[in-house]
Amino acid sequence: MPDDVHDSKHAHSVLPSDPTLRVKALETLLIRKGLIDPTALDAIIDTYQNKIGPKNGAKVIARAWSDLAFYDRLISDATGAVADLGFHGRQGEHIIALQNTNEIHNMVVCTLCSCYPWPLLGIPPTWYKSDAYRARTVREPRKVLAEFGVALPSETSVRVWDSTAELRYLVVPQRPKGTKGWREEQLAALITRDSMIGTGFPKDAQ
Amino acid sequence: MTVLLPEPVFEEVWHGQLFALTVLLNEAGHFSWADWAKKFGISLKKHGFDRELNGGEDYFTAWLDALEGFLTETNMTGQKDLVLIKEAWKTAYLSTPHGAPVSLK
Repeated sequence: MPDDVHDSKHAHSVLPSDPTLRVKALETLLIRKGLIDPTALDAIIDTYQNKIGPKNGAKVIARAWSDLAFYDRLISDATGAVADLGFHGRQGEHIIALQNTNEIHNMVVCTLCSCYPWPLLGIPPTWYKSDAYRARTVREPRKVLAEFGVALPSETSVRVWDSTAELRYLVVPQRPKGTKGWREEQLAALITRDSMIGTGFPKDAQ
Repeated sequence: MTVLLPEPVFEEVWHGQLFALTVLLNEAGHFSWADWAKKFGISLKKHGFDRELNGGEDYFTAWLDALEGFLTETNMTGQKDLVLIKEAWKTAYLSTPHGAPVSLK
């Protein structure tokens, strides 16, 4: 009998991958021991898959571009300022906002693992978690930026900020030219995830 | 370094499950996120010792090793129990007809 023909009497479920089985074992054991609530697991996955992401951060930046008092508060007390807009919680307990100017361009990394301001940007992208980004950003930030298509004038200095489990950073990019009088929702649509990490710029006004 | 196009939040189902398990344990007060980050950082270094991690599957494999090790060290789970339950799940999959829900006996 050819290999791809199964005897239906013996057809069983497809065996999941080894890591899938290891995670299932962890989950089973932790639930049996009463250490976690199984109903909360799906809620967390749903939250980060569907509800939290860079759109939150974009709202913060758009507000900062539109409201000078909010901008000042964001720079002096980012944790409090973003909480005022309803963004707080896990991995957002201590946030610092970094102001990009013509003189200084900020970019964020986590050399230890992948610390990131979840309430504002969601779960980090794969490249943020890669060894290449984590190791090289500190060593050769301009080269890394160039790979993201970010070219800076030589007079602009680059500052790299290393996130920790206690401290997360949000880059406040410069407002694009030609957006005077724009509403916050219009501005928010220009703000990309990468522009809030420092590996990109906001989109141009069209 | 390749800059990837937009990607799913969790590439594999188990990545999301592992992430959620860790968050829940932290929130239930079983460990601080700072302690977890240290353990995870060590695991990433170990996994990346002789090759460059791409931040995808290998990142979550390092996470899984770190969490298993951390929970065993702190006596929240036993390595032997984990192996037994994993084998029980394997048996359950292999003895459940295709299409039927798989559960532990």
